[in-house]
Amino acid sequence: MTTLTDTPPAGPALPARVSPLQGMRQSMTLAWRTVVQVRHNPWELGDFSIQPIMFVLLFTFMFGGAIMGDWQSYLTFMLPGMVVMNMLFVSLYVGQGLNTDLTKGVFDRLRSLPVARWAPLAGRILADQVKQAWSIVLVLGVGLILGFRIGTGLAGLLGAVALLLVFALAFSWVAVVVGLLAPDPERVQIYGMTALFPLTFVSNIFVPVQTLPGWLQGLVSVNPVSILADASRGLMVTGAQAGPIIATLIWAAAITTVFAPLSAWVFKRRV
Amino acid sequence: MNHAIRAEGLVKRFGTTTALDGVDFTVDAGTVLGLLGPNGAGKTTAVRVLSTLLHPDAGHATVGGYDVVRDAHRVRQLIGLTGQYAAVDESLTGRENLLLIGRLLGSSRAQSRHRARELLDQFGLTDAGDRAVKTYSGGMRRRLDLAASLVAHPSMLYLDEPTTGLDPRARTELWTLIRSLVSGGVTVLLTTQYLDEADALADDIVVIDHGRVIASGTPDELKAKLGSQTLSVRPEDETHLPLVASVVGELADHAPDLDGQRVTAPVTDPAVLPAVVRRLDDSGVVLTELALRNSSLDEVFLSLTGRPADETEQTSTERMLS
Repeated sequence: MTTLTDTPPAGPALPARVSPLQGMRQSMTLAWRTVVQVRHNPWELGDFSIQPIMFVLLFTFMFGGAIMGDWQSYLTFMLPGMVVMNMLFVSLYVGQGLNTDLTKGVFDRLRSLPVARWAPLAGRILADQVKQAWSIVLVLGVGLILGFRIGTGLAGLLGAVALLLVFALAFSWVAVVVGLLAPDPERVQIYGMTALFPLTFVSNIFVPVQTLPGWLQGLVSVNPVSILADASRGLMVTGAQAGPIIATLIWAAAITTVFAPLSAWVFKRRV
Repeated sequence: MNHAIRAEGLVKRFGTTTALDGVDFTVDAGTVLGLLGPNGAGKTTAVRVLSTLLHPDAGHATVGGYDVVRDAHRVRQLIGLTGQYAAVDESLTGRENLLLIGRLLGSSRAQSRHRARELLDQFGLTDAGDRAVKTYSGGMRRRLDLAASLVAHPSMLYLDEPTTGLDPRARTELWTLIRSLVSGGVTVLLTTQYLDEADALADDIVVIDHGRVIASGTPDELKAKLGSQTLSVRPEDETHLPLVASVVGELADHAPDLDGQRVTAPVTDPAVLPAVVRRLDDSGVVLTELALRNSSLDEVFLSLTGRPADETEQTSTERMLS
């Protein structure tokens, strides 16, 4: 019977699965791909650099005086939150890049290769952390030029950056789900913006929470964006507070627990 | 006989649509199987199952003796996939695309560079190798896509409609490349909407429609059965139509169809054409049209199923006729 002769070829047996180490290497290679993309398209970095610079300048000089009496104190109040807001917007690039790969067939090519199943996604998210780090440095850099001063020292600053990256990593899963659901890359931006504007503005990033109507104060204080902004402010300016930091970590864990399996499920349905 | 690829009773449903409805076929090592059918026939679904991207709902398939579901990772080490759309990163250069795959497959930097150079050269892309892919023409993208599927020296190559949308010149170039790969011993599963493409490249053809195999055989067997070409004759005088039909019917081995003012019949022997001319000339019939053209997929389907390929196939059929 032919079935009996359809045996695997003789010779060295092919490995049955990918080792986690190989998977890591493959993810790094795919992350390298995104870095090369940025090198070819430096204006893409410009795309997500101009808007944050503009926002820092606009808020500091246009609203600073009105909100806090002088723009210098407003800069100190607002900048740590601005870093948070920018980080959330940059995470949309994960979804956009993923969606581009899906619609162009690149994802199929990658999945037909003998690479770890999770490597294409991990590579995307990993590469995005490079953009995240850049966006944090950028906003902080502009702030420092304008006169923002770290009140806590290097450890506080590094702690803030680390906390931001941890939250960014968790939030990337949300971007992945949006990237999988959107029919094309442009729509990823539209859906993402629509969700992120209220999420970031209904927070304590730009205004002290006491100035808000009572019902809104409640909403703002439970918003994880406010909690992360509080934690960053503490770490960068007023001194680290355990409360917001722990709450941020809990939110990051919760977002990952919900959205990582959700993205796996949506992914299965899409391909 | 050792089958390189074997599909048995493959079924795949998407919601209420049945893309594959029990498909069986085998591909012998070192040969080319042409999977022929209109859009939506299930060709791409079959390729996606065989390349481990989709799990079948029923039936099973082996590639190189490995089950595509249970031993997916091993199957992936044997295959190269070139999809319907050139699946390359447009913002990277051609060389970087090939390097990326080499590195993903675990080759060293030097090995990957060497292989990229080799493939760019083989596919006539050396000069364009360091340009971003978005500046490439359609034909160049397809060649790069094909090169990308060959980085690992796969022993099975899936080509899913490799020439759809290409101009005739780019198409011929790609055919030449595919032939040279086959002569190197690669087993090829080719899907196509074009009868002439299957005829030009495949050792065996499986015709599928609505997720089912409706015919299979060598190109010659199928042509003998279906008529590879269509003879079309139009007399100046309508009253001569019955006479023309009887002459054509006698000389061609298939019953002729009456298509408006035209008599058409599938033919296998091109010598029928001069014979028809001689006979009609002797009878004093003046013709306004006399043509022998390659049968379209529509005509193949008509003779196989007694109905034309789906209406939605209009555009692809038209392209094939032009």
